[in-house]
Amino acid sequence: MTSLITQVEQDPPDPQGVLLDVRNLHVEFRTRDGVAKAVNGVDYTVSAGETLAVLGESGSGKSVTAQAIMGILDSPPGFVTQGEIVFQGQDLLTMGKEDRRRVRGERMAMIFQDALSSLNPVLSVGEQLGEMFTVHRGMSRKDAKVKAIELMERVRIPAAKQRVGDFPHQFSGGMRQRIMIAMAMALEPDLIIADEPTTALDVTVQAQVMELLAELQRELHMGLILITHDLGVVADVADKIAVMYAGRIVETSPVHEIYRKPAHPYTKGLLRSIPRLDQKGQELYAIKGLPPNLLHIPAGCAFNPRCPMAQDICRTDVPPLYEVSETRASACHFWTETIGE
Amino acid sequence: MSETTTHLTKEPAVAPDREPILSVRGLVKHFPLTQGILFRKQIGAVKAVDGVNFDLYRGETLGIVGESGCGKSTVARLLMNLETVTAGQVLYKGEDITKLSGKALKVVRRNIQMVFQDPYTSLNPRMTVGDIIGEPYEIHPEVAPKGDRRKAVEDLLDVVGLNPEYINRYPHQFSGGQRQRIGIARGLALRPEIIVADEPVSALDVSVQAQVVNLMGRLQDEFNLSYMFIAHDLSIVRHISDRVGVMYLGKIVEIGNDDEIYEHPTHPYTQALLSAVPVPDPDARDRRERIILVGDVPSPANPPSGCRFRTRCWKAQERCTLEEPLLAVPAVFRGLDSPAAHDSACHFAEEKQVVPTEE
Amino acid sequence: MPEEYDRSNESVAPTGMGGGMDLAASEAQTLDHGPGHGPQPGGPTGKPRSLWSDAWHDLRRNPIFIISALLILFLIVISLWPSLIASGNPLQCDLSKSQQGSQPGHPFGYDNQGCDVYTRTVYGARASVTVGVCATAGVALLGGILGGLAGYFGGAWDAVLSRISDIFFAIPIILGGLVFLSVVTNSTVWPVIGFMVLLGWPQIARIARGSVITAKQNDYVQAAKALGANHTRILLRHIAPNAVAPVIVVATIALGTYIALEATLSWLGVGLKPPTVSWGIDISAASTQIRNAPHMLLWPAGALSITVLAFIMLGDAVRDALDPKLR
Repeated sequence: MTSLITQVEQDPPDPQGVLLDVRNLHVEFRTRDGVAKAVNGVDYTVSAGETLAVLGESGSGKSVTAQAIMGILDSPPGFVTQGEIVFQGQDLLTMGKEDRRRVRGERMAMIFQDALSSLNPVLSVGEQLGEMFTVHRGMSRKDAKVKAIELMERVRIPAAKQRVGDFPHQFSGGMRQRIMIAMAMALEPDLIIADEPTTALDVTVQAQVMELLAELQRELHMGLILITHDLGVVADVADKIAVMYAGRIVETSPVHEIYRKPAHPYTKGLLRSIPRLDQKGQELYAIKGLPPNLLHIPAGCAFNPRCPMAQDICRTDVPPLYEVSETRASACHFWTETIGE
Repeated sequence: MSETTTHLTKEPAVAPDREPILSVRGLVKHFPLTQGILFRKQIGAVKAVDGVNFDLYRGETLGIVGESGCGKSTVARLLMNLETVTAGQVLYKGEDITKLSGKALKVVRRNIQMVFQDPYTSLNPRMTVGDIIGEPYEIHPEVAPKGDRRKAVEDLLDVVGLNPEYINRYPHQFSGGQRQRIGIARGLALRPEIIVADEPVSALDVSVQAQVVNLMGRLQDEFNLSYMFIAHDLSIVRHISDRVGVMYLGKIVEIGNDDEIYEHPTHPYTQALLSAVPVPDPDARDRRERIILVGDVPSPANPPSGCRFRTRCWKAQERCTLEEPLLAVPAVFRGLDSPAAHDSACHFAEEKQVVPTEE
Repeated sequence: MPEEYDRSNESVAPTGMGGGMDLAASEAQTLDHGPGHGPQPGGPTGKPRSLWSDAWHDLRRNPIFIISALLILFLIVISLWPSLIASGNPLQCDLSKSQQGSQPGHPFGYDNQGCDVYTRTVYGARASVTVGVCATAGVALLGGILGGLAGYFGGAWDAVLSRISDIFFAIPIILGGLVFLSVVTNSTVWPVIGFMVLLGWPQIARIARGSVITAKQNDYVQAAKALGANHTRILLRHIAPNAVAPVIVVATIALGTYIALEATLSWLGVGLKPPTVSWGIDISAASTQIRNAPHMLLWPAGALSITVLAFIMLGDAVRDALDPKLR
């Protein structure tokens, strides 16, 4: 309890400063086959108005971290075993259940990849949007409906007035994702976590949705955590990037620098392995091997079996996040060589 | 830019004197919409594929790109004879395979194989890897005599980069990328000439995608395969394809070699599609001109009259409503010796550079 | 020149311990896709695990399964060899002992006719188990095949079959039994089994149809078609093994209810008839005397309840083990 108080003193809720501070977060899944260490000491911060892209492949722990922040981790089998999630000066992990629930929706909201299964199929979208206001703001149903229409117009759903009574399946994929965004924005939260928000959408629609999201973020001056595997989407919208691998952050950097000069061999490999629209080569660079099994994460640096630069030290010592510059860090023993090449 | 591109590009495999190995002519597939339970009444049709023509040459890769619902997967299923065509022909070495059945169809099937999108549902979870890859030999016993099959399966595992000792494992013991390799091995078992790949890497992780794409490239050279590579990811398609066709709402709107489509697109839909692709280069953010289309793809059950893209097109005029543009070299470019002179189904085709070039 | 191919997989997943490593991505994927998905089966041992071996792994650790399986094993043994635990003859009765209570050598007492209740209860298991097992097997076969074919071929087959099964669903089972069985004079178990199969198959057919339709949509079925496989191969190798689990689950649970149904029909006088020994018949005879000699009712009714419960518990345990949604 005392630690909580000291933190409040340390991090006064400052709208311009750090909004969310994840410190040394550990999450594990206790499964029949053993303990899967999904998140192994993640640190990141998000400020108001900032977009942090969390980049990683499946199994990197990027979504699990987000679920832990939102407090929607399936437990069991998932457990937060260590760490702090300080949001606007308060540690969410030591907060009471009721308080935590109030944070959700009011102050932080989440957008999921699959809008169809995240919306209730038997309620009209108007009712679902309106519910945000009747439940959290105690509005009457009539006022809530007006608000719902306003929101739908704001996310540019054509003919919002006519469509407010429609059900989720009557909307196209892009429109459903807009409704999800409207729902997340409804109470004007300070932080939005978007988990692969455009992965299920077509490219032309993807562009529309990303643009909308970025615009609303600017307007409301929110922090945005964008979880994705798509290096292209990241390059388009992010301010800074955290690259995750096997439950750890392996590199953090402002967006421009990481694309120009990656400081971790994994980031480097990823950047080289994606085919590019503006290039036609004969053979793609491929990172050899497979992502590790979370039940048996390799000793030392988790990336060492796949790393072209691995030395003995990589097989024994877990690399800390070395400071590369004031704004950059890399968890590679040989980051100087990596960045210098 | 175009200098370097041509340099990197494979020699275009399209030689005018060569016979195509597969020709598609006027391919149409309408899925009837019915009402009633016992007495079905047709109330309309989803025009999934509506008049598609293209040729596939030996040893080349034809990429087909388009958004969901454009009919690209249906084209794949029609080529594989997994659906019956409503109209049109699929000519394999001059023979229309849509009319075949029984033995004759089985013989053709040996030569056209498929790789599926989802490595999780395309392998039977109750069969071992050996049974999955060996099944083609059970169906076509003439390809490999019984005694040689185990050896043949082990060889195939080796060819796709998997340990042959994995032969007795079950699919769920493998990761997505490894499963896709198993699916490719199954497709190769009968030594086909053509492989139809429907989004073969889109379910895979980025770092694994490259492995599988490279594998497919190497196999093409080794076995002289022709690929139909269907995908929504324009970057991957560019990487692997010699020629590219762009589909929209059941039709091919533009087709040409990779330089023509990516560097000199003339159809507005292709331009919009290309400009929407996120480029992994934050410095290009501000330099790029993005064409953001309005609205969604119309329902294929009730496509717009005239040009199907006109409802989302910024160039649309009255002519587009009345007259359907045909897939041919647009009049403005006809006779020109320019990469812009390729087939494009637009009344107002014009060149526009949308892919950011590197400095 | 296979050496040239990417052998990188092996470098991560050496053969000896490959199983666990291979699982990496699928396991990982499960985790990243977040709530609602359990971990994938499989372990670091590298042993191939199928749905069945996984189910068996679960079942062996489920006390409910162990208790019900032991009970059922016991029931099957005594219905095959009732003389193992009952030395008397269930049809040898002594009217002078009518309704007498428990006495040495005859722990359950005597019934109305002066027959030994213990012996009759033991011998009654045979009728119940025979009816339950045969009716379930018949229902599963008929319903599974018809429903499976309807699901696979679809179209007119499916429409006709669905309507026919609707008709059978609409017949109240007790009323159907009263009408159908009252005209049968054969006193063996077969008319009862036949009747249950006739009215029971639509339930399984529906389940089988649905699960075949689900299995049919998998890409591996398309892959087999693309290879040129015929219907028989597709149905037997690709669809049946993937569609059979729900049928087994429903059939196991139904087994208990068929046993109860036999007793109900016998109690109503249209099921099994004397001289067949059956719990239903004994319950029927005893129910009029419940005030005078409750022990006559208690023992056969207790045996029936325990048997039905055992089968339903078994069905529950099997469902838990086989239902992929709970994994």
